[in-house]
This record gives sequence, structure tokens and C-alpha cells, in this order.
Amino acid sequence: MSEQQPAPTEDDRADADQTADSTRTPVTTGASSAVRALENAGVETAFGVQGGAIMPIYDALYDSDIHHVTMAHEQGAAHAADAYSVVRGEPGVCLATSGPGATNLVTGIADADMDSDAVLALTGQVPSTMVGSDAFQETDTTGVTAPITKHNYFASDPDTVGDTVGEAFALAAEGRPGPTLVDLPKDTTMAETDREPGPAKAPETTTPPTEADEESVEAAARAIERAEKPLLLFGGGVVKANATEKARAFAIDNGIPVVTTMPAIGSMPEDHELCLSWAGMHGTGYANMAVTHCDLLVAVGCRFDDRLTGGVDTFAPEAEVVHVDVDEAEISKNVHADYPVVGDAKAVLDQLTEEIEQSPGVREWRQQCQTWKEEYPLAYKTPEDEPLKPQFVVEALDEATPDDTIVTTGVGQHQMWAAQFWTFTNPRTWVSSHGLGTMGYGLPAAIGAKLAAPDRDVVCVDGDGSFLMTIQELSVAVREDLDITVAVLNNEYIGMVRQWQDAFFEGRRMAAEYDWCPDFAKLAEAFGARGFSAENYDEAADAIENALAYDGPSVVDFRIHPAENVYPMVASGGANGKFALSEDQL
Amino acid sequence: MSGEDSTDAPEFETESGYEFDGPGMPGPAPDERPHPEGRRNTHGVRIDPEVEAKPRQRTAVVSALVEHEPGVLSRVSGLFSRRQFNIESLTVGKTTVDGHARITLVVEETDAGIDQVKKQLGKLKPVIQVGELDDDAVRAELVLLKVRGDEPDKVHAITQMYEGQTLDAGPRTITVQITGDQQKIDDAVDAFRQFGIIEIARTGQTALARGDTPTTPGEEPGHSTEPKGSTYRDETDADDETN
Ligand SMILES: Cc1ncc(C[n+]2csc(CCOP(=O)(O)OP(=O)(O)O)c2C)c(N)n1
Repeated sequence: MSEQQPAPTEDDRADADQTADSTRTPVTTGASSAVRALENAGVETAFGVQGGAIMPIYDALYDSDIHHVTMAHEQGAAHAADAYSVVRGEPGVCLATSGPGATNLVTGIADADMDSDAVLALTGQVPSTMVGSDAFQETDTTGVTAPITKHNYFASDPDTVGDTVGEAFALAAEGRPGPTLVDLPKDTTMAETDREPGPAKAPETTTPPTEADEESVEAAARAIERAEKPLLLFGGGVVKANATEKARAFAIDNGIPVVTTMPAIGSMPEDHELCLSWAGMHGTGYANMAVTHCDLLVAVGCRFDDRLTGGVDTFAPEAEVVHVDVDEAEISKNVHADYPVVGDAKAVLDQLTEEIEQSPGVREWRQQCQTWKEEYPLAYKTPEDEPLKPQFVVEALDEATPDDTIVTTGVGQHQMWAAQFWTFTNPRTWVSSHGLGTMGYGLPAAIGAKLAAPDRDVVCVDGDGSFLMTIQELSVAVREDLDITVAVLNNEYIGMVRQWQDAFFEGRRMAAEYDWCPDFAKLAEAFGARGFSAENYDEAADAIENALAYDGPSVVDFRIHPAENVYPMVASGGANGKFALSEDQL
Repeated sequence: MSGEDSTDAPEFETESGYEFDGPGMPGPAPDERPHPEGRRNTHGVRIDPEVEAKPRQRTAVVSALVEHEPGVLSRVSGLFSRRQFNIESLTVGKTTVDGHARITLVVEETDAGIDQVKKQLGKLKPVIQVGELDDDAVRAELVLLKVRGDEPDKVHAITQMYEGQTLDAGPRTITVQITGDQQKIDDAVDAFRQFGIIEIARTGQTALARGDTPTTPGEEPGHSTEPKGSTYRDETDADDETN
């Protein structure tokens, strides 16, 4: 599978521009200039909700070919745009009105920020003459979103608003991707202008290096050649930089085992011998053993999140660290880099490949990693009788769908089971909320993913609690007639919380019981989707078949074993090598 | 909780074909695994446990050249609160280049912390360049002090000693201004304590690199007000070409 949807070539775009130029309505207002900037940037789809202050933009969209997807809630719009960007590899766009519209976007923007996903948010604002007066639906949106965006803009000039939108779009995707926002006061968007915006261009002060400087590459290459127990750690940056092919080749050519972070799931095929899957709190035992015992950790495009490292004092304690990242500020932020290499992952992997003269001799180490795979397999006990085991449901769904199926999730135990028991072999097929851990991400993300890749299967593995948080977006899936399958792993708990309460709070299950959840199958039908439920293995098999066969949105309510917990588990702040295999080891 | 279902659970073969019994997952327990000896400190730096040292804080003066646009200061200060950097002082003012301003920060952090301050600052879009000043940099601070006016002669003497100026003298209060480096200011404040300091306002340090060294890397002298053909500018231009 290719890493991205086939993107239009430069020529295609130029052709499209020319034909479009003669037919496109001319720019007449700030709003039409902003929308023109989106068109120039190649935006095909945008997600949002209408409202007073953003109405001029929507009015301009009326004349545009951009497919606008009206979401039920702005949070859904932001998550959909985020997932769209993960799947497509280009910025996703979301829109909201001022005040509550903008604040409803905040969770989704923060989520994109933590996961370095390119999202452009356009928000309406009260007219600039009223800014600061606590006007109706006024919120200091640039103030609120400053800490969770790469940069945000207050667009006060109708003549330049188009260029500003173009700049924000380009900046979102450049270097380390992330969300940007343009706040659009109504007087700016209403004002007359005939200024056609230029091509989307990121500001000069933000341009990161592509290639790393030779010295740092040399030093890293020598360290790799010398290593006896080297380990590659692929982070989300590998996927973002479209460096998956290069990264795989680098691992295979040099025979170096690979662990990934959660956002990088799929960057290395999980069925490949060298792949040890993902490390961290609920990562595989073998990945965590390898991290703990390696003598050189070559981290590419990762930020050493604490869910990955556990206690930093015990993280890869014997290892020298090579850290490749396009964002210099990530180097030595959490884990000291002995060999910092600042540059784009794809370019640096080329440079390293060129520079390395001899692969390290690591046969013994590779065998050691295989031994750990055998010692600590991902496994679960399945009683033949009911209720269902969630891991089984995930495996069955994986089996019933093609290899390039896109999986989205909410946040909780179900997310971990999906990550553990689905075997991912392609990049941009795992779409989840990592850094922020946002419950409710799964369904809107499935909508964004399906619109980004209409030909691919999309399955949302959700929890009952997570599903309830953005369940209203089901109406959107129905209206847009999206063929997505939501698999709710329903344990009638917010299970991850219950797992922690049982382990660390003496089983005092305060506010963790969700036995008041609605009948999800009925609710799905009420929205106009298909609903199924399954309580045992036979029903599960039928439901999976029927839901996948249904050409439209469907929901399967899997009544899973309510007591099932996620293992292995590294206690928060603990040592990766001390992962627990059951509760009594915590 | 996985123990609950394990009691009467029949043996089951997972996809990997691995069979096991007992609660939880297969594999040696934490204590039965090999453990490495090494450790890292709180900054993620590998350490020798024998000589483990706590990272020490130091004071650094950081200068950032920024686009002089609304919101820059709030972005910079927002960064500090969000990342919990220890800022002692921050000064801001225009430079001779139109549309540019300089922010001078005094931070007290570990080496790793100072490194982060500089890198994170550099990521902000309106920030053009960031530099850390050497110890020999030219630094100055301004302080206004209001003291009791009971002993005007003595106050005057101290003011003169520190090359200060009296800005306001009334029957009850005297307000003076002192400028200088941190040490001088601290000494002066100490000296004025004897009169009873009523109010004090300090600007925080501002600083420039000494001699020909640009204060932030690659910084060019201003175009608007710089005298033409100054040797300083020629040298910097020459420098730039080699960069
Ligand atoms: C918006 C939000 N609120 C609260 C949390 C805290 N939290 C993390 S996991 C979790 C439980 C999720 O429950 P559910 O979606 O039912 O999934 P399960 O763990 O049962 O699979 C909660 C409440 C969160 N991550 N996000």
C-alpha cells in the first residue's frame, strides 16, 4: 500500500487552477478570499458547524466546490479534520463560529497539537470594533488557543486574510505538523476586497532544516556501527514525514529490531520478524524488554512521552540515544540525546543509509529479542462460555477485514486492546488519540477517515463511555451515508478507570459504573444506522459479518466480559522492564 | 480482576498458539527478569550511580529578537507559564529595525532547562532569533526606590555613591533612580534599606553582547537609523556571508 492517497501531481494542480480560474467566481469579500485560499491549497473537504460570526465564510463556501460536512458538534469537526489529516497526510480543515463554536473546537485542537496532526481551524469572531466588549458570543479565541496551536492569527485585514489563511494552512503541515487557527472577525470577512490570495506559503521564521548537518549524521552512524544491542524506535514523526518505506528498509538492511510508539503503529509491519510492536505502559512485554536492555536507542520522530518511557530514570538505562527529529526542541527535552540529529526523518534516514559503512553485528541481540517474543506473547484467556472477551472481538474484526482497513478508537481499555490485538501492517491505518487521550475521538475520527479514504474499510473500536461522548455524530455518518462500522466493546464501565481503581484505590469504584448506558443497537437504529448486539461468540461472529456487509454506518454493541483488564502494564512512572502480567504483579 | 475469570476458565489456545494457565499473561514475573544496572537522572541523562549529582541551576541571560506585533509578549509569557520555566525578569523594547523588538530574559534553570527555554522560544512564529549572552555581556537594570525622607543628606550621599539620581524629594519621601549591573543594584538596594524602603520598582536586566559579537546569532544592525558605512555594520555583513 502506498503511504498516502495518490496526491494530485503539480501538473494536475496547475491544470485544475487554470480551468478553475475562468469559471471560479471572483473574490469579492474577505470571506471569499479566505475560501479561495483553501481552494488554492487543494482543500477538498472541510468539517464544521454554522453560526453568526462564521456565516460570511459559509456563504462563500456556497459558491465553492469544497465539500463541507456539517458535524453535530464542533469537537467532532476538529477530530474529523484531525483524522482526515492522519489518513491523507495533508492538513484537515475545520470551521466554527465564535464563542461556543470556537471553545467546542478546543479539545480537538489540543488533541491535534499533542499528536502533531496538521489541522487548520477557522473560527468566526465578533466584529473587531466589538472585540473586548464582552459582545454576544465573544471569546478570546486566539488567547484560549495560543498554548495548543503551532501559531494562531487574528485576521484584521480583508486584503490579506486570504494570504493569512494560506500561510496558516502551510504552517500546519510544515516541519513538525500541528494545528493552526485563524480567527476571523466578521467585519474582515464581510468587507469588500478583490485581492486574490497568493499560493499558500509558510512564514520564513518557521522553516526547519530538511537535511541534518553532516557531523551529527556521522556521529550517529558511527554509534550505530559500534552498537551491540541497537534498537530502532519509530515515532509518529516517521509516518508524518512519509518516511515509512525508508525506515523499514533501514531496519531490514541493517537487521536492527524495531519498536514503535503508539502513534507510529503500522510504520513497521507488526507481523515482520524485526518488529517488536509498541512499547510503553500497555505495550508488549518484548518491546519493553528490548527498550530496557538495548545499548543504543535510535529514536526517530518521537517525543518520549511518559506513557512510553515510564519513569525516565529507568528508561533504556544502558542505552546511548540517537535522536532524530525535525523539531529541535524535542531533542533532550525528556530523554537526553547523546547523538542529536535535527532534520526531516526521510532525509536523515537517507543520510544515515549513505553514511553507514557496515551494519552492526547483532545476531545474538536479535535472537534475544525473539526469545522475549516467545516468553511474553500477547495473549488472553478465553473461557468457552460467555461473556465475550474483547481481545477476541478485536482479532475477529481484524481477520474479517482487509489489510489496509483503518481503525479508529476512543480512549480506554478498548483502545489498548485494539492496539494490542489488531495486527497493523500499513501506516496511516491506526487513528487514535494518543497524547491527549480524548474519549469520544473514535466516531468523528472514523467519519474523517472515511471521507479521506472512501475506498477503504473503516472500523471504529469504541468503549461505551467514549462512544457516549460524541455519539451524536452518528447522525452525520447516516446523512453522509458513510460505510463505517462502530464496534462498541461494552463493559458497562469506564473500564480503564475501574482497572486503576481496582489496582490502586482498593477497588472503590467511584463513578466508574456505566450500567446506565443506553441500548446502543436501538440508538443506532434511531439515528438511521444499523444496530446489532452480541453477547456470545456465535452472536459476535454473526454481528461482525452483518455489520461489515451492511453498506452504511452500523454499530455493534459487544457485551464483553465486564471484568477484563489490560495487560501487560507498566505502573505509571515505573520501569518499563517491570511490566506486570496480572494485577498481583502491580 | 483478571483473576476472577481464571478460576474456572477452560484452557484456551490464543492466536499465537501459546498455552498458559494461572492468572494474567504468560512469561516470567518482574522479579524473575534480568535487570540492567544503569539509571538516568530527572533530565534523562545517563548517570553513574556512584557519582550521581543533582543538576545545578544557573542564571542565564537570553535575548530574543521578535517581530513587533500584538500578542508577542503574551505568547512568550504563556510559554513560560505553560512549561514552568523559572523567569527572573523580562524586558522588552523596540530595536532600530522597523517591526522588530528585543526581549531580554533572565532565567534561572539547569543547563537542560536553559537549552529548552532557548529552543522553545525559537519555535514561536514571531521569534526571529534567540541567543544566550556570554558572561562578559553588557547588562544593566534600572531601579526606582522610594525611601523615607527623614535623613535627606544621608540618602543623597548613598545616591551619589551609586551614581544615582534623585527624581523626587519631599518632606516625607525621597525617590531615587539607580542603574547598573545586577551586583550594583543589589548593593544599592541593601544600602538604602537603612532608611526604610517604602516602594521599589525594578525593570529587570536588559543586555547586549560585548564588542562585535551579535547579540542573537546572525543579527544585522538596523537599517533605518544606523549611520551609513559604520565599521560595525561592515564587519557584520562580512560575517554573514560566511554563515
Ligand atoms: C474526555 C475524557 N474524559 C475522561 C477521561 C478519563 N478516562 C480515561 S480512560 C476512561 C475510561 C473510558 O471508558 P470507555 O470509553 O467505556 O472505555 P473502556 O476503558 O471501558 O474500554 C476515562 C474516563 C478521558 N480520557 N477523556
